Amino acid sequence: MGRDITEIRADFPLLTGEYAYLDSAATSQKPQVVIDAEKEFYEKYNANPLRGLYELSVEATKRYEEAREVVREFIGAASAEEIIFTRNATESLNLVAYSYAMSKLQEGDEILVTILEHHSNFLPWLNAAKRCGAKVNFLECDGQGRITEEAFRAALTERTVLVAMTQISNVLGCENDIKRFAAITHEQGAVFVTDGAQSVPHIPVNVRELDVDFLAFSGHKMLGPMGIGVLYGKRKLLDKMPPFLYGGEMIETVTRTGATYAELPHKFEAGTVNAAGAYGLSKAIAYIRQIGFDAIREREDTLTQYAFKRLRENPYVTILGSEDPADHHGILTFQLEGVHPHDVSAILDESKVCVRAGHHCAQPLLKYMQVPSTTRASLAFYNTTEEIDRLAEALGTVRRKLGYAE
Amino acid sequence: MQNNANTFYNEILTEHNLHPYHKHALPDANFELEGVNPNCGDDIVLRLKVEDDVIVDGAYEGDGCAISQASADMMLDLIIGKKKEEALRLSDIFSRMIKDKITEEEREELEEAGILQDISHMPMRVKCAMLGWRTFRGMMETDQQTE
Repeated sequence: MGRDITEIRADFPLLTGEYAYLDSAATSQKPQVVIDAEKEFYEKYNANPLRGLYELSVEATKRYEEAREVVREFIGAASAEEIIFTRNATESLNLVAYSYAMSKLQEGDEILVTILEHHSNFLPWLNAAKRCGAKVNFLECDGQGRITEEAFRAALTERTVLVAMTQISNVLGCENDIKRFAAITHEQGAVFVTDGAQSVPHIPVNVRELDVDFLAFSGHKMLGPMGIGVLYGKRKLLDKMPPFLYGGEMIETVTRTGATYAELPHKFEAGTVNAAGAYGLSKAIAYIRQIGFDAIREREDTLTQYAFKRLRENPYVTILGSEDPADHHGILTFQLEGVHPHDVSAILDESKVCVRAGHHCAQPLLKYMQVPSTTRASLAFYNTTEEIDRLAEALGTVRRKLGYAE
Repeated sequence: MQNNANTFYNEILTEHNLHPYHKHALPDANFELEGVNPNCGDDIVLRLKVEDDVIVDGAYEGDGCAISQASADMMLDLIIGKKKEEALRLSDIFSRMIKDKITEEEREELEEAGILQDISHMPMRVKCAMLGWRTFRGMMETDQQTE
């Protein structure tokens, strides 16, 4: 990494405090440049974008549309019209479910989702399927979280219209071979939707190389502000889809009986948009590019390995998923024998160690793996081995604090 | 970094969690109700034996975090042997302790359960502490008699 970790941490105001922040899979911390960008937008460019014909509104529009171009380049989309700004990955996936799936699904059609999915890449499809008389099928993984090509081909049927698959699991940290599964899906004539919420912040994602039809991700998990997210969709699909939300800024003309809708991408961006958020996201992307994915990956892998080593020293800890730290992308979901995760998290909190506890919005997966509820530590490039030491040490006190003799 | 003064995992709580007095079956119970916190996975079944409006025995079974389990156990310590109305009055004090404020005299009435007062500063754990008590109230209010 070009820059020293101490220097990098100094870019993040919250990391200079006393917290060991190990919950980046829930939301990342924000560098000062992103925080400043939101402020700068409201101080210098604030006007309602895409409408006003005066200079200030034109400036606001410019910042917003430049951000779209930054996102396009970042994920390698063919055109900026294929980048729809939403609130977050959840809204992006709902957009596809309401607009694409509900207008396409026929009775008896099937949607294939994997057991690894976050609720946000499952419930929108379940809802769409129920409304259309279609059915959701589950594709299961092995104990390490792997989905084999054989299992995938066996689960696809002639009635499969859509496949929803996360690129990186928010529970097991494992990565699916999106390019291969998307290609097989296309052979069947179905469309492929990817949840990139956990991948886009950590690995290079190029939508044309992967050849996915839709990709959803959130700004707040990749150093950006909360309330801004992205849906990428192939133009040929987006063009034919009906609007998702109706109202202002998504129309050409409106009469008493109907309307013609705006061109892409504005057709899908009804109402006043989160321009400051988009501007902030563009600065977050610039920051990630400046650090570089090679450096990010290298650092996150080293930290994951170290965390594995430290957690495995505790005989009461079981880490879910692959035995190989390299398969985890900074995500360590674990159980501490005899202790409920909410108690683990509360006791770690006494040492200012921030981890997630619960079902991680993936209840079908936890049920499938037969674990009731778990604790998750998730790492980003800005974490340190000292923070992992604090986790391991605090974890070592949990059972004693709960009265186990050990 | 360590701030032990703030911990609510004290000896009384951990003792009730690891070695609960009232976590067992109760075959002759005449009241039964399940209480669940779906988000945490806390799940208990509370059973009481009530005769002439007096809670003569009680027990619970289930799983959950230390706070939910210990709180249910402490509640049973407190209400077994009490009249139903008195037990409901105490559960009202407990609920006010967790969600609002009570007097020192009221806290003493709660006996060991009074140690859970600090949960009021942990909004995410309020539901855990309340589970047993909420289930008890629900059982009485909706008259969940078995048979």
